[in-house]
Amino acid sequence: MAYLELNNICKNYHQADGETEVLSNINLQIEEGEFVAIVGFTGSGKTTLVNLINGLEKPTSGEVLFKGEPVLGTSHERGVIFQNYSLLPWLTVEQNVLMAVKEAFPKREKSVWKRKAAHYIDMVSLTPAIHKLPKELSGGMRQRVAVARALAMKPDMIIMDEPLGALDALTRGNLQDQILSIWEKDKRTALLITNDVDEGIYMADRIIPLRPGPNATLGPEFKIDLERPRNKTEMNDNPNFKKTRNAIIEYLMDIGDERKSESKEEFVLPELTPKDFVK
Amino acid sequence: MKATATLGKVSNFLGLGFFLTLKDLFTGKLQKEELKNFLRKTIVPLASILLFFGLWHLGAKSLYNIEADFKIEKALKDQGQTAAEALKACMASGDSSCQPNTLPSPSQVWSSFQSLLRDHNIISADKAAFAEKTAALNETRISEGKDAIVYTGRPSFVDQIYRSLQTVFAGFLLALFIAVPLGIFIGLSPTLKSAFNWFIQIFKPVSPVVWYLLVFMIVKTLLIGSADDSSFTISFISVGLCSMWATLVNTTMGVSSVDKDYVNVAKVLKLGTFQKIFKVILPSSLPLIFTGLKITLSVAWMVLIAIELLAQSPGLGLFVWEEFQNGANDSNAKIIVAMFVIGIIGFLLDRLMLTIQNWVSFDKTDAI
Repeated sequence: MAYLELNNICKNYHQADGETEVLSNINLQIEEGEFVAIVGFTGSGKTTLVNLINGLEKPTSGEVLFKGEPVLGTSHERGVIFQNYSLLPWLTVEQNVLMAVKEAFPKREKSVWKRKAAHYIDMVSLTPAIHKLPKELSGGMRQRVAVARALAMKPDMIIMDEPLGALDALTRGNLQDQILSIWEKDKRTALLITNDVDEGIYMADRIIPLRPGPNATLGPEFKIDLERPRNKTEMNDNPNFKKTRNAIIEYLMDIGDERKSESKEEFVLPELTPKDFVK
Repeated sequence: MKATATLGKVSNFLGLGFFLTLKDLFTGKLQKEELKNFLRKTIVPLASILLFFGLWHLGAKSLYNIEADFKIEKALKDQGQTAAEALKACMASGDSSCQPNTLPSPSQVWSSFQSLLRDHNIISADKAAFAEKTAALNETRISEGKDAIVYTGRPSFVDQIYRSLQTVFAGFLLALFIAVPLGIFIGLSPTLKSAFNWFIQIFKPVSPVVWYLLVFMIVKTLLIGSADDSSFTISFISVGLCSMWATLVNTTMGVSSVDKDYVNVAKVLKLGTFQKIFKVILPSSLPLIFTGLKITLSVAWMVLIAIELLAQSPGLGLFVWEEFQNGANDSNAKIIVAMFVIGIIGFLLDRLMLTIQNWVSFDKTDAI
C-alpha cells in the first residue's frame, strides 16, 4: 500500500451556471520517501488538488488515503507550503514559526518551543531576521519562513503548492537547492506542484503532468533517472535529462494544442453596419 | 541627531509634522522648495482663519444693526421720540441691559469664554472652601456610617466639559464591549449573520432622541425606588447604543472578510477556536474594527449633546440648552463658545483614535 493514495478523485464546484467538474478521475500513489512533482498549466486545478490532499477540501467522490487512513481534515502530519507564503503579517518570523511548533509539540515549555523555532529558522538560514515582520523581508525570505513553518510542524509529508512561483530565477534556484538539501537529510515524502518542468525534473523522482481543467486528470508519469545530488549545470548536458524534458514538454504542448482544437464554440458576429454620423 | 529623528517620528505619528518645519525655519535650514510648502501649510490656513473671523465679525455687525434699527423703530412707534432716543443712547453706551439679541461677534465670544473661565475659578475656589469647611464634619459623619456632605452648587463650564467627556467615554466603552464581541460572533457565523442582519439594518438608522426615550423607559423602571440621579446612566447608555452600530458593522465585515489564506493557515496549523480568533481573525480585522471605533467615538460625541439635553445630564449639551433658555445678554456668546469647545474636543478625540489605530494595526507604514 502506498503512503499517499488518491483513488478516483472527482471534485465539483457549484457555480451560478451549474456544476463544474474541476478534477475528474485522479489516481495517484506516492511511496514513502518519494519526491513527486505534478506539473500543469495555470488554472488546471492544481491548488484544488493540493487542498484535497492536505484536507482543506473534501472530494465530491473518491477517497484520499494517507498511510492507509482516509483524510478527513487537516493534520500536522501533512505540512503545506502555500503558493503565496500566507505568513501572518502581524507576527514576526519567530512568532509565525512558533505557531506551527506549538501545534507539533503541544504541552511543552516555552523555552523548548523557542529552541525548536530557532532551529527551524536556522535551517532556512534566517536567524538574523528572526524578529522581523514579514513585510520587512524579501519574497525569497518570506518563502523560506513558510518553509520553516511547514517543517516546524514535523510533518511526515510535505506538500508544496507552487512554492517558488512568485520568485525571480536566481532566488528560485537557491531555494530549490535549499529545499532539496533539507529533503535529502531525512527523506520525507514530498509532493511538489509546479508549472516549471525544469524545476520538476531537477527536484523530483517522478513527474506527473496534470491535464488542464475543467475535468483535469493526471497524465502518464515520467520517471526521472538522474543521480542525486543533482547539479544544474551538468544536468543540462545529460542526454537522459534532455530526453525526459523534451518528452514532458511535448506531452504538455500536445494537450495544450488539443485543448485549443477542442473548443467547438463558435462566436457569431453580430450583423452590424457602421452608422453614418456625417450627413 | 537621534533625538531629531525621534521627534520627527513622534510628530509625524501624531500628524503634527509641521512642527518640524517650524523648527527648521528657526534654525535656518529651510530650502526654497520647503519654504513654499511651509507657506502653503501655515500661511494659507492662518489667512483662512483670519478671513473666517473677519466675515463672522462683519456678519454679526450687520445682524446687530438690523436688530438695533428694528428695536429703535419699534420704540419710536410705541413709546415716542424720547424713548427711542434713550434706547439709542443706551445701546451706544454698551450697556448690556439694552443690547439687541443676535449673533454675537468674535470679541463677545472671546470675552464670554474668559468670563466662563473666571466663573470656573470662582466655583473651584468655592468648592475648595466648602471641602475644607466640611472635611472634619465629613470624617465624623463617615465614621458614624452616614453619607458625607457633598458640594451641590452649580457646576462650572469646565466641570460640564469634564462630565460630558465622562459620559462619552462611558458610552464609548459600552459600545466597544457590546459591538466588538457581538461583531466577532456575527462575522464568524453566517447563521448568526442572517439572524442579526434585520436587527442591525432596522436599528442602525434610529435617531438618538428615540434611543434616549427607549433607554429612559427601561432604566426608569430598573432603577425604580432608587434615590440616585439616573440621568448619567441614561445618557451614557443612550450614547453607547446610538454609536455602536458603526463598530458592529465594521467588526462583522472585518471578521467575515479575513483573507482566506490566513484562515487556511489556521486550519492547517489546527489552531483551536480561541487561538484562531485571537491570533488570526482579530489581528487581521483590527484595521476595520478601528475604523468602526473611530466613527463610533465621533458619533458618540455628536449625539451626546442632544442626549444630555434631553436627559438633563449636566454636560455641554445641557449647558447649551440652559443658556438658550436663559436668554441672558451673553447667552448667545456662551453657546458659540460651547460650539467651539465641542468642535475642538471632537477633533482631538478623532486624532486620539487615529493615533491608537496607527499604533495597533499591523500594516502601519511608519513603524515607531
